[in-house]
Parts: sequence; C-alpha cells; structure tokens
Amino acid sequence: MASPGAGSGPGTFRHGVHPDGAKEATEHLPVERMPFVERYTVPLAQHLGAPAIPVVQPGQRVQRGQLVARAAAFVSTAHHAPVTGTVVSIGKERYPSGALVEAIVIDADRFDPQMLAPGPAADWRSVSDKDFMALVQGGGIVGMGGAAFPSHVKLSVPEGKGCDQLVINGCECEPFLTCDHRTMVERPDAVLRGVDIAGTRVGCKGAVIGVELNKPDGISSLQAAIERRQARIARGDNDGVSFPIRVHGVQVKYPQGAEKMLIKALFDREVPAGKLPLDLGYVVNNVATMVALAELVDGGSPLIERVVTVSGSAVRRPANLLVPVGTPIRAVLDHCGGLTAQVRQVVMGGPMMGMPVATLDAPVLKGTSGLLAFEEARDPLKEAGPCIKCGQCLEACPYMLNPSRMGRLARAGRVLEMEDWLVMDCVECGACTWVCPSEIPLVHLFRSAKATIRKKKAAEQAAAKKAGGAS
Amino acid sequence: MELLLVAAGIMAGLGFAFGLILAVAYRFLRVQEDPRLGLVEAALPGSNCGACGQPGCRAFAETLLSGESKPSGCSVSSPEAVERIADMLGVDAGQAIKRVARLHCAGGKAQALNFAEYQGVSSCAGAGLVGSAGKSCTWGCIGLGDCETACTFGAIGMNDNGLPVVSVDKCTACGDCVVACPRDLFEILPADQHVLVQCSVPLSGADATALCTVACDACGRCAQDAPGKLIVMHGNLPVVDYAAGGAASPMVVARCPTGAIQWVVGDQFQEQAPLRVGGRQHAPVG
Repeated sequence: MASPGAGSGPGTFRHGVHPDGAKEATEHLPVERMPFVERYTVPLAQHLGAPAIPVVQPGQRVQRGQLVARAAAFVSTAHHAPVTGTVVSIGKERYPSGALVEAIVIDADRFDPQMLAPGPAADWRSVSDKDFMALVQGGGIVGMGGAAFPSHVKLSVPEGKGCDQLVINGCECEPFLTCDHRTMVERPDAVLRGVDIAGTRVGCKGAVIGVELNKPDGISSLQAAIERRQARIARGDNDGVSFPIRVHGVQVKYPQGAEKMLIKALFDREVPAGKLPLDLGYVVNNVATMVALAELVDGGSPLIERVVTVSGSAVRRPANLLVPVGTPIRAVLDHCGGLTAQVRQVVMGGPMMGMPVATLDAPVLKGTSGLLAFEEARDPLKEAGPCIKCGQCLEACPYMLNPSRMGRLARAGRVLEMEDWLVMDCVECGACTWVCPSEIPLVHLFRSAKATIRKKKAAEQAAAKKAGGAS
Repeated sequence: MELLLVAAGIMAGLGFAFGLILAVAYRFLRVQEDPRLGLVEAALPGSNCGACGQPGCRAFAETLLSGESKPSGCSVSSPEAVERIADMLGVDAGQAIKRVARLHCAGGKAQALNFAEYQGVSSCAGAGLVGSAGKSCTWGCIGLGDCETACTFGAIGMNDNGLPVVSVDKCTACGDCVVACPRDLFEILPADQHVLVQCSVPLSGADATALCTVACDACGRCAQDAPGKLIVMHGNLPVVDYAAGGAASPMVVARCPTGAIQWVVGDQFQEQAPLRVGGRQHAPVG
C-alpha cells in the first residue's frame, strides 16, 4: 500500500479543467443563521434509494429535531422536523426538479423559541456495527457534498474489505461554492471530531483531509486544530482516539473533489472503473458530513440544517447561510436580498454539476450545497455547433473517456452504441461541456443517453424475468 | 524450373483437395431451404420494424412458412400484399385487427400549466431529466418529439399544441414510439376501440386538475357508466378492458367532467381540448 502523501508536492490527477473559481463573493463571509420562516417541506426521498416512511400524522405537533419519517430500507435515511410546529399535510409537493414527490409539510410555531434540546451523547464506540449504522441512519446523515448518498452505507465496511485511510474531501472544486470552505475555517474541531468517530468505526490507520490550495485559511485552520488534537492525544484526552490526521493541499483543478480524482492526487493510485475506493482501502467523506456526524454523536442532533452558499450574478447579497432543510428556495433567496430583475436561471448545487431549479417553491434539501442565480443563460435559440473534433474534451475528461465520439453518436441518435464507448462510466462532471468550443451540451446528452440505456436494460430484465417465469 | 513446377503442382493439388471437400460438403451437408422463403420475404415490406413480434421480415417469413403466424400478422403490408402472400402460400390470410399507437395524454401547451423555461437539449429524454421542460405535470407528454424522430413510417407529427398526432392510416403499430417515450405514454391499441383515457396522472381531485385542464380527477363516473367491468379505477386512473370487446357507445365518456376520457374515432386530438383558464401561469423564475 502506497504511503499516504506519496510525493511531497501538491498532488493532482490527469486531465481536468480550470474554470474561474468565482468564490470571492462569499469565501470570507462567516456562516450566518437563516431566520425561521413560516412553512417547511421535507421530501421523503432526497437521494437514491427508498423513500422514508412518515411516522407523524397531519395535525400533529412536532418538536425541532423530532423524527418525522423513518428509513424504509438499507439505502434510505430518516428525516426530522426542521422546526417546532404542526404537521400540515403529507402529500405531493414540488421537488426542485419540478416533479411532484411525497413530502411532509410543517408549519413553524412562530412563538416557539426553536431551541434544539441537547440530547445525550450517543455511545458510538462500544456498540456493534449494526447499532452504529442504525444510529447514523436514524440521524438522517447523508453525504453533504451534493449527491446526498446515505452516510451509513459509506461508513459500513463489508466483510473481507478493510479501510486503510479515511479520506476527507475538503476540495470544494465547484466554482462559487464556499460552504465547505467556511466549515473548515469556522468549525475545524468539529470536523476532526467527526473524523475521529468515522475513522475509529471504519478502523482506518490514518486520515487525510484533502483541501485545494485556493483555501489557505481552511488549511491553516485545520492544521491548528490538528495541533490542538495532538496536544489532547499527548494528554490522553482525545476520547482514546490517536490515529494520525493530516491535511494535504491539492492542486486547484476541476473535478479535484471527485473521490477517485482525490485519491489519485493524495496517494497516486487510480481506482479502476467499476471499483469503489473501498476496494483499494479508502473511505471518502465530505468535511461537512464529518461535522454532521460529530453533532449527531455528541449532541444527539440529527441532520436538520446545513450550510448553503447563495451566490451568482443575480443574487443581490451573496452569503453563506445555515439553512434548515425544507426551507423554500424562494425564502432563502429573499433573505439574500432577492434576485435582480434580469435573473434567467437558478441552479441548485455548483455551476458544473448542479441541477436547474424548476420552481422556487421547492425546498432546500440535505444535499443542497449551493443556490446560484445567474443573469446570463444560454441563448435557447442558439444551436450548438457541429463537433470540429478538436479533442479538447478528450484532454479534459478525468475519466479518459471520448466525449467527442459519444457526443456525435448521441446527436446522430445512435444512443445505444454509446455504451460501447463507456458512457456508463461518465460521472457527469461537466469538464467536457465546459471546454467545448462548439458549445455542445455534452453532459446533458450523456445523462439522457444513460437514462435511455438504463430504461432499456430494465425493460430487457423485466422481459427476461417474465419469460423465465412463464417457462 | 523444376522447383517452380513443384510449387505449382502443390498449389494445384491443394486446390483440388479443398475443392473436393467443398463438393462433398455441398452434396451431403446441404441444408434444404424452402424456395418460397425468398419469395415471401420479397413480398414483405422489408422494413424490419418488429411489429409482428419477430426480429425482422425474414424471421417472420420463416414463421409464415411453418404456419406459426398468418400473413395478416404483418401490420405494415397493405391488405392486397397480405392477400398475395396468402395466395402464394395457399393459406388463410387471417383476420387482421388494425392496431395503432395511442397517447395517454392530452395535456398540450394550451392545457397543462407551465412554470419554467427549459433551455437544454431539445429532446424528451434530455428534458425528462430536469422536470419536464417546465411543464408542471411531470407524468404527461414533454412535447419535444422523441416519438416523431423514432417513427420510421412518418406516422407521427407534432401539432401546434405540442402533442404528437399519430396518423391511424400510416401507423403500423411497430412500437418504436412506445420505447422512445421517456414517460411511457404510448400504448398500442386496436383501432376499432374508441374509448381512450388521455391522461396518466396518478393524482386525484383538485391536485390533478391543478396541473392540467384535461387531467383525470379520478371521479370514477366513467367506471360507473360502463357496462360490467369494462372500466375499472386503478391508481386514480380509469383502466379500460379492451379484451372485453370495448364500449358500444360514447355514453360511457359522456359524464367525464374534464374530458380526460374520450371517444376517439380516427386520429387523436382532432378537436381542441378546453383551454387553460388564464391567471395560473407562474412567472418564469424569480
């Protein structure tokens, strides 16, 4: 196993792009708490996997942090009331994509102080793996980098596999976003506490926090916290956890925060296609997830709020906000001074991988790292040019795919052939689209191709199952 | 010189030996093919559309020769062509029930509420990933014409209202549009069945009608009016049992408050559905 930090300089990966970071607007702004609003909407499914099952009734009074929906399966997480108030309804509400999904609507009690009762510190060390998973799942903890994949799945190391290094992702390579940056600057001790807990549970030998070099204050803040931790370990006062934690600066390049790219940068090892980082002995988690884990274990506080960066050219007062999950997007934007009249587009997440928001009535989710509003938008009448085969996308793709070829196949309607060109390995980072001089919406073409291919496979499987059942 | 002759002799000998093997193989390992296969295949349209359930026209010709299927199983061939093949094989042409692709949605631009502007790839598959091109009903037709592109017979055309109109005359029921639609709105139905549910919203009451003027609000009147179990309510939508022979008169759809269930004769959407009452159109964003 390669020693951590092979190569002393800042590591990186092959290919990738250098978009303008555009983080100046918010990177020095401390996180402020978003005031409570009247109504909150908590969708039952906020990530891949089974929707949670509601455990409250309409009309029922709920306390802030109270369980309102329990996990329905292994890949599923619980949800909690973001405010003290009354459950108004459980029914179809708008998701940011515009789809109608099952959600719990809670009206806040405006006379309640909205204090979160500190719960007892959970026993995280001596419990069995199963109980720890139930604790994390029941706390509603999901990966807070954007995809919101349930954390207990990532923190469970299956039989026969081992975790050598816990990798903490503080890259935040998406332009505009500064929520993880502020978390590292303002709450480095909570990050390390989460690393202590997660690292002990997965049984790692050490932990590395990868941070892009455009966040020097984040790195120094974490380093100071690590020194404080060293002092505690020397005193024997760190809850018995003593594995080494290092901060490692990595080059500023997109998509440095993709977990396979980060492992390449930190350890100079490549995770093969179709394999997970755990197959090489790494578990990768986001810095904000570590804070959420520490709060759950030490304070009994489930994941009911998160830091959201509100930025972009159409936002009057960019900010880093601590927003309760379920707050309407409109309320968050209004708190930031509203939008300019020229607004053309609102994006949830970063500008490279984020999804457009179809309605501002939709809520902030557990995976919402940013809300970006832009005055500029692609001219819908302007058609993408033809592929001139310049090859820039091939040099941008961190997964060594051939976006040019796949894009031409997609535009020719030969979607099923794209599978031969490994379109299913595409992580939709958007680097190819960003460099394309013909402005071909490559990632969108790949996403729809992947959906079409998945649909066809599901249909084939269903047909095969039917044929198998009939014979 | 002698070497040259030896080489030539060896080549000639090899040629003769392989020729002999081929001749023997041709004589004894020959697979007898029905000479009618080529003729029948030539009489078929050759579009390899798959509507008959076979991978292509040649495979269908083989099933014709073996008697597994009847000439009328080819929905693309004209009645005359079917008759010709039946004569050629000396079999019964079979009863062809004309089938067409029908869309279970009537919510075009003028009926379904739109709340956002879509600027991405102009295809239903692309727009389906980010809402439905701004349409508030995410179960209905996206309206960017993936089915029109997929149809090899030119039977589908998008109308001004953003809905695909399937030409009953041109449709061969091949099912390409069924596969192409990311919302699974097409169904291949017998053309002589006139009762059609033109909505796929799983909501009921005001939740459904808030999305679209022609949404099914799951009132269940059509199920009450239909004889026997011809129409049953399932998942807030009426399901028509076409196997039971179908409804005899348009009376079963007469009491539908929204027009979601229709008596369709010929192409869909010949009559303009009720327009959306103004005032519910949201501002784009902001």
